[in-house]
Amino acid sequence: MTTDNNKPTPPDSAGIINDVTSSDYKWGFTTDIATDIIPVGLNEEVVRTISRLKGEPEWLLQFRLDAFKRWEKMTMPRWAHLEIPPIDFQAISYYAAPRQRKAPGSLDDIDPEMKRTFDRLGIPLEEQKALSGMAVDAVMDSVSVRTTYREKLAELGIIFCSISEAVKEYPDLVQRYLGKVVSSRDNFFAALNSAVFSDGSFVYIPKGVRCPMELSTYFRINASGTGQFERTLIVADDDSYVSYLEGCTAPMRDENQLHAAIVEIIAETRAEVKYSTVQNWYPGDKEGRGGVYNFVTKRGLCRGDHSKISWTQVETGSAITWKYPGCVLAGDGSIGEFYSVAVTNNHQQADTGTKMIHLGNNTRSTIVSKGISAGRSQNSYRGQVHVAAKARGCRNYTQCDSLLLGDSCGAHTFPYIDVHNDTAVVEHEATTSKINEDQIFYCNQRGIPTEDAIGLIVNGYAKEVMQKLPMEFAVEAQKLLQITLEGSIG
Amino acid sequence: MLQINNLHASIEGKEILRGIDLTVNAGEVHAIMGPNGSGKSTLSAVLTGNPQYTVTEGTVSFGGKDLLAMPPEQRAHEGLFLSFQYPVEIPGVSMTNFMRAALNEKRKYHGQEPVSATEFLRLMREKRAVVELDNRLASRSVNEGFSGGEKKRNEIFQMAMLEPRLSILDETDSGLDIDALRIVAAGVNQLKTADNATIVITHYQRLLDYIRPDFVHVLYKGRIVRTGGPELALELEEKGYDWIKEELDDR
Repeated sequence: MTTDNNKPTPPDSAGIINDVTSSDYKWGFTTDIATDIIPVGLNEEVVRTISRLKGEPEWLLQFRLDAFKRWEKMTMPRWAHLEIPPIDFQAISYYAAPRQRKAPGSLDDIDPEMKRTFDRLGIPLEEQKALSGMAVDAVMDSVSVRTTYREKLAELGIIFCSISEAVKEYPDLVQRYLGKVVSSRDNFFAALNSAVFSDGSFVYIPKGVRCPMELSTYFRINASGTGQFERTLIVADDDSYVSYLEGCTAPMRDENQLHAAIVEIIAETRAEVKYSTVQNWYPGDKEGRGGVYNFVTKRGLCRGDHSKISWTQVETGSAITWKYPGCVLAGDGSIGEFYSVAVTNNHQQADTGTKMIHLGNNTRSTIVSKGISAGRSQNSYRGQVHVAAKARGCRNYTQCDSLLLGDSCGAHTFPYIDVHNDTAVVEHEATTSKINEDQIFYCNQRGIPTEDAIGLIVNGYAKEVMQKLPMEFAVEAQKLLQITLEGSIG
Repeated sequence: MLQINNLHASIEGKEILRGIDLTVNAGEVHAIMGPNGSGKSTLSAVLTGNPQYTVTEGTVSFGGKDLLAMPPEQRAHEGLFLSFQYPVEIPGVSMTNFMRAALNEKRKYHGQEPVSATEFLRLMREKRAVVELDNRLASRSVNEGFSGGEKKRNEIFQMAMLEPRLSILDETDSGLDIDALRIVAAGVNQLKTADNATIVITHYQRLLDYIRPDFVHVLYKGRIVRTGGPELALELEEKGYDWIKEELDDR
């Protein structure tokens, strides 16, 4: 089903809904910091260089080289409802590291300028200043800057560190799980990431442990002319629980920056992982110049029986978003969830959704997707529900809503439902609506100005998803929704 | 309190109001009646600043200030309230959040601190009793899933919360059964003071049995063509609007 709204605004209804005006991106500053960047271009030597710079073992170099060879034979996927300008993969630098005197073991080793950057982003690197109950891995460009609360978590046997450190300190764990959920064969961007990934977070929750604080990674692109290719791996062993948050921002630049990440999650028997994202990469200016191209592969494997993986995402940034966080429900009785709010304004394009692959018996999945389009943006939901022939008693419920602000944006829905077992129950509901002038005027008449009215209406529309976010995040995300849409209606 | 002089307004180039003159003083209740399409709802929309309408001529002063120069939210802050004929649904926005936003915007405008949580909840409890709404109201989304009668009661509840100086009730009686009508009218009467005023827009005399007007105006083709006391409403009820139409159209 596709709902298109491309016709120009007729002059008589120009009333409230206006052309897009300013929408300030508040995280667009750059940090003046010495950075080591390798020359642009991608070839086998570059892959070897990255591996060497990171001091990696032979198996990981081989992993990268295999991926690179695959990538060379692949072409960029073109099936999404996106207009992707040509990307010159040879014009990007694949490794940028803020220069540090030595390994950032202690806080004192971190460049004060970098500390200030994360402070400005509201991510203090000092534990005493941090949000209570949240441990943070701060990643700038290609490397992890600091991970807070590591020692405290280690007392419970929880491993939370950058993936580079994990490769050195827990090579067996990393080797056992890396690439097992998202193989480098999976797609073009997964192959690219597997070849050149720089850093990211690694989480291991041991059997029976409930992680007492939210774990969080904050990604920041700073250097210009680079791509960011981080990789996150989360393993939740039997009967464990963890809630993980991801946030990201980038400076405002006229060029487009490439971000191609992979997130892999493995949930063993009765384990539960809750993964929340607030994606706020630079979306480009109101004419559509600049902005991050966000091509992300996120997938969770519910390997154990009765395990559960839940994705919650609030997507407000990026010029182009291409991501489908999915769940492979292999264990019997396992549960996959996907809750998404995707907002596009100005010239942003988003093609996002999920994949729920039911392989085990009595597996259940829930999909709630709320798309909000404003300006001249295009917002698509693309979701796959697959029930395998041997999977009995599976259930899926999908609810997919689109909200349009104005007459120049588009909302599209592409559901793929593929059921091979007749005991399955699969439901799909979809709605498309518009914020109308009557709703705004009703708020105005009660004394609520238009900008606040839109914030109220949009947050009401997205409430079902926002409620799934951890408390600390929900307030920020609510504000972000409003800021993203500022100026979309005049 | 409200002074309308020679007000002309149009929508999409079509003139609907063609020279309205009306004065409303504190403590008064005015009824505006008239056949369909005479401009009754347009008048309420223009006074509250609905952007679909364009004022082409005339002035409106409200509490000594130029009403037409203010954006809609400022008119609300100054104490103008409209009970909508068709209240709008806002899914996912609880009445609590909606009313708190509305109340605090008004307080901000008047240089007051935001209302405290306890005081706000007390107000919600007190004011919903005015129109016999139960405690589920607080968590329900604005007008979503409300019956026709509940929507109108919800309008009067909001009026009670915001304590306007001038309330315009736009066809508040339409679609109401007799019990709901009684509750709504009782609410309006309860909120009446010597310092505020009400404009009741209605097609039928029925509502005026419950809300007694001091003045009745007949609006026809965008002008007030008759003004009288409550007896004018009774006359209209008896004879319909045709005799006025004939009288005027003959001229």
